[in-house]
Amino acid sequence: MKTDTIAAIATAMSNSGIGIVRISGSEALSIIDQIFVMKNNKKISEMPTHTIHYGHIYDGKELIDEVMVLLMKEPKSYTKEDTIEIDCHGGVYVVKRVLETVLKYGARPAEPGEFTKRAFLNGRIDLSQAESVMDIIHSKNEFALKSSLSQLSGAVSDKVKEVRSKIIHEIAFIESALDDPEHVSIDGYGERLFVIVNEVISKIEVLLKNSDNGKFLKEGITTVIVGKPNAGKSSLLNTLVGEERAIVTDIAGTTRDVLEEQINLNGIILNVIDTAGIRETDDIVEKIGVDRAKKYLNNADLIIYVVDTSTSLDENDFEIMEMLKDRQAIILLNKSDLKPLTTASDILKYVDKKMIQISAKEQLGIDELENTIKEMFFQGEVSFNDEVYITNIRHKNSLQESIKSLHLVLKSIEDGMPEDFYSIDLMNAYEELGTIIGESVEDDLVNEIFSKFCTGK
Amino acid sequence: MNRNLLEETYDVAVVGAGHAGCEAALAAARLGLETIIFTVSVDSIALMPCNPNIGGSSKGHLVREIDALGGEMGKNIDKTFIQSKMLNKSKGPAVHSLRAQADKMNYTMEMRKTLQNTDHLTIRQAEVSEILTEEYKTEGVFEKRILGLRTYSGATYHCKAVILCTGTYLRARCLTGELITHTGPNGLQAANYLTDSLVENGIEMLRFKTGTPARIDKRSIDFSKMQEQKGDERVVPFSFTTNPEDVQIDQVSCWLTYTNEKTHEIIRNNLDRSPLYAGIIEGTGPRYCPSIEDKVVKFADKDRHQIFIEPEGLNTNEMYVGGMSSSLPEDVQHEMYRTLPGLENVKIVRNAYAIEYDCINPNQLYATLEFKKIKGLFAGGQFNGSSGYEEAACQGLMAGINASMEVLGREQVVLDRSQAYIGVLIDDLVTKENKEPYRMMTSRAEYRLLLRQDNADLRLSKIGYEIGLISKERYDWVCEKEVLIQKEMERVSEERIGANKEVQALLESYDSIPLNTGVTLAELIRRPELDYEKLAPIDKNRPELPYDVVEQVNINIKYDGYITRQIKLVENFKKLEKKRIPEDINYDEVPSLRIEARQKLKLYHPISIGQASRISGVSPADVSVLLVYMEQMKHTS
Repeated sequence: MKTDTIAAIATAMSNSGIGIVRISGSEALSIIDQIFVMKNNKKISEMPTHTIHYGHIYDGKELIDEVMVLLMKEPKSYTKEDTIEIDCHGGVYVVKRVLETVLKYGARPAEPGEFTKRAFLNGRIDLSQAESVMDIIHSKNEFALKSSLSQLSGAVSDKVKEVRSKIIHEIAFIESALDDPEHVSIDGYGERLFVIVNEVISKIEVLLKNSDNGKFLKEGITTVIVGKPNAGKSSLLNTLVGEERAIVTDIAGTTRDVLEEQINLNGIILNVIDTAGIRETDDIVEKIGVDRAKKYLNNADLIIYVVDTSTSLDENDFEIMEMLKDRQAIILLNKSDLKPLTTASDILKYVDKKMIQISAKEQLGIDELENTIKEMFFQGEVSFNDEVYITNIRHKNSLQESIKSLHLVLKSIEDGMPEDFYSIDLMNAYEELGTIIGESVEDDLVNEIFSKFCTGK
Repeated sequence: MNRNLLEETYDVAVVGAGHAGCEAALAAARLGLETIIFTVSVDSIALMPCNPNIGGSSKGHLVREIDALGGEMGKNIDKTFIQSKMLNKSKGPAVHSLRAQADKMNYTMEMRKTLQNTDHLTIRQAEVSEILTEEYKTEGVFEKRILGLRTYSGATYHCKAVILCTGTYLRARCLTGELITHTGPNGLQAANYLTDSLVENGIEMLRFKTGTPARIDKRSIDFSKMQEQKGDERVVPFSFTTNPEDVQIDQVSCWLTYTNEKTHEIIRNNLDRSPLYAGIIEGTGPRYCPSIEDKVVKFADKDRHQIFIEPEGLNTNEMYVGGMSSSLPEDVQHEMYRTLPGLENVKIVRNAYAIEYDCINPNQLYATLEFKKIKGLFAGGQFNGSSGYEEAACQGLMAGINASMEVLGREQVVLDRSQAYIGVLIDDLVTKENKEPYRMMTSRAEYRLLLRQDNADLRLSKIGYEIGLISKERYDWVCEKEVLIQKEMERVSEERIGANKEVQALLESYDSIPLNTGVTLAELIRRPELDYEKLAPIDKNRPELPYDVVEQVNINIKYDGYITRQIKLVENFKKLEKKRIPEDINYDEVPSLRIEARQKLKLYHPISIGQASRISGVSPADVSVLLVYMEQMKHTS
């Protein structure tokens, strides 16, 4: 049976240990042959099944990583297809590069739950487990969708939309002319389109560059700082970032919105989100901030709860503590320089989490906080949303595919092909870009034709 | 209660004798079934109440496909056209499209003759007012099936299958400004009762709208102020059975003129008298054929619009004003038409008008065009929410074929999106949300490079032959043609052309780069500036071949790369189409489907995984879940 070939990172993306890239499908062997160089220069596809081999992964001439490759020929594999597993040594970055290389040589990013789906459809998984398979597919996809859309920055999604609308406009122009040749003429249009397509390609290339340096999707541990108004959340963020960013005043409720900063703690990337204080409020602007804070809290990998020990616990604190249960959290007893009205034992009555005495103002206890986070990460207590890395790779792949399609448009123009051929590859590019922002094609083209071009009897 | 005792029995009954009804009835009768076709007026069989053309971009494809399956439209227009053009000739072969001006009266007459001379076919002038159904129990569940029809006069017709092709006649209402008449097109009688009976049977109705421009008197037109639009010098017939020599006739011209600022001003000043803008129109109109008032409002930046003046036939003075459909009052119509160069003194014969009518939400149909809820009840044409003569005809043909297959106990025929424009059209209708009258467009066909008008016979004759609407003789020729094409493609791929003087001279004459070494003939054909025919002088071993074989060889070689890519896409598409969803699937029992997907799947009841994946609101993850569930079902049942 011929299937397309899928690839994904099969392990959790943490900075510790090894990462595994898994490939499955009828081209798995030919792909690995192109990028894996063994010591004896033999082809791994010619080796016996269920053997493990040492060597290096190359993208062309560039060395990516020193790896072990596990070979499993069909049907004796999880998916019952030819399967390759690449054990990489390097950290997150290297695992990503290996996956990207695999994709470049012909695999496509696996959909969430797709390995399991294939295993099931190929009869590898017991029928009685069908329900759990369906559940895995469902939940992984929901999760991926959520993370993809929530992590994609507004600026990027605006750019993608802008490029897409340019492309669909050109397709609609071609199609309206083909549909109604006596009304709309496209003679000599190729030259104009050539310029436009080149502009679009360079715009996508900028996006592609950004996808590498983290501007595209935020990778890392999503850390949310919560606490009552004026508990010292903003001061803490400023201390961690090392610059005055949040507005710090003594008036309760000054951080109206949420603030985000990316912090690198010895290689562990934290996306720190400072939220408005949680408290019942009638102020509309602040209400929005508070709602958003609660939303961020739900999506957090790690919660830092700042308690103002110079005041007593109240309704707001109880509400926050309720939300901390079953979550990874650190409680900071702030303003330890002032006379305490609330103590660790007061809090312990409600929630049992790691507690640290700090004074954000005097910079006391900050080192201990950093060490605690590091410890939690390396012990695997907190990990981050892997899906973000995967989504990032998927997006990058889509950008590359769309550029490929646009180059085919340029080639069609250069070859002097008739105009109707241009729209085939323009449409492919449009579709690929749509996957980034979670939009399919549907009736976009027909709508564009009717709204922008006047045709008809 | 009507006490009419007239009772008759037929195999198949067709309601409506427009373009859909005619094809449906002919298909059923030709397959040997006793068929009756109802019309409110026998004089309006295959009437063309709007534009006087058959074909056009993508619609020409439909006519070719109808012909390849054994339908009548192509043959009928070949007998009655008065001008013909191949559109988009300078573009790729996928978008070449035939369009002919018809002699409307003659078109109607010829189709009527064909119907009258077909065995097993009865024509009956009567208004059908009721469908007769019954509930029956099968495998423990109650289902509904068709029993027959009743006419307004009370007569009962028992039959095994009914095909509804009521076009724009159901509760039709015509609007010209403030003037509203409760008639069908051209002042014909509307059908006011059938809707109630359909609703009683649980069918969901929609209300759509369309419009037509005025017809004007030829003698009142000054053609010297317009540009003449002639037909092609060499006419290509629509039907694969028509001898090309028979269609080389004297053609009639169309004429081009333009609206201007004055026209637009009159329209803008009278918008309050347009039923569309006054909110009187209830139906949803098509965006692709906007009325002139729509064009002026929506495209305010355009200072003129093209208007085509087209003859309606050889025995009438009437001319069609293409591009200026309207529902403005007749005094405004007079004023606005008279602003156009050449129409300063024009006399209107028939007013422009908008028409509203009842149709169905086509998501109630299977891709066979049978109602999901009523066995034996089929539907085709504008009744299904489409628009256009060709769109109607092809649905009528497929509904006629499938009703017949059901009566005969044979397997039904569904064309998929990779086989035909007809497949794309019907799949769109039954799978996608349809908010306006649906018109075919080449951009709706994702595999359009393969679905060309020139290869419709190669794509579909086999199916037409298996159905029984294409003769053995005709099918044998298509098979022979296939072999000839294959052989010649192999030959040109192997034939070496050396870099000799004669070759270089020929290349030079077409501004083509001279050869360094020998190449195959196929490589030269692929050059944009060359083609199969141009290379004849240097192709010494070329066999004598018919033109339609040569055409296929040229296209297949020239666009080989693109065609191969689309064939690959089709292979993937077919895989999902082949995965049939069991009819008795209960979507409430499929765990992990998202709510929206579950609702949509229950509503549409797709027949295949492929169709399910095209329903908006069904995500790839839902499709995966469905696949897993089906696998489980297969093993546990």
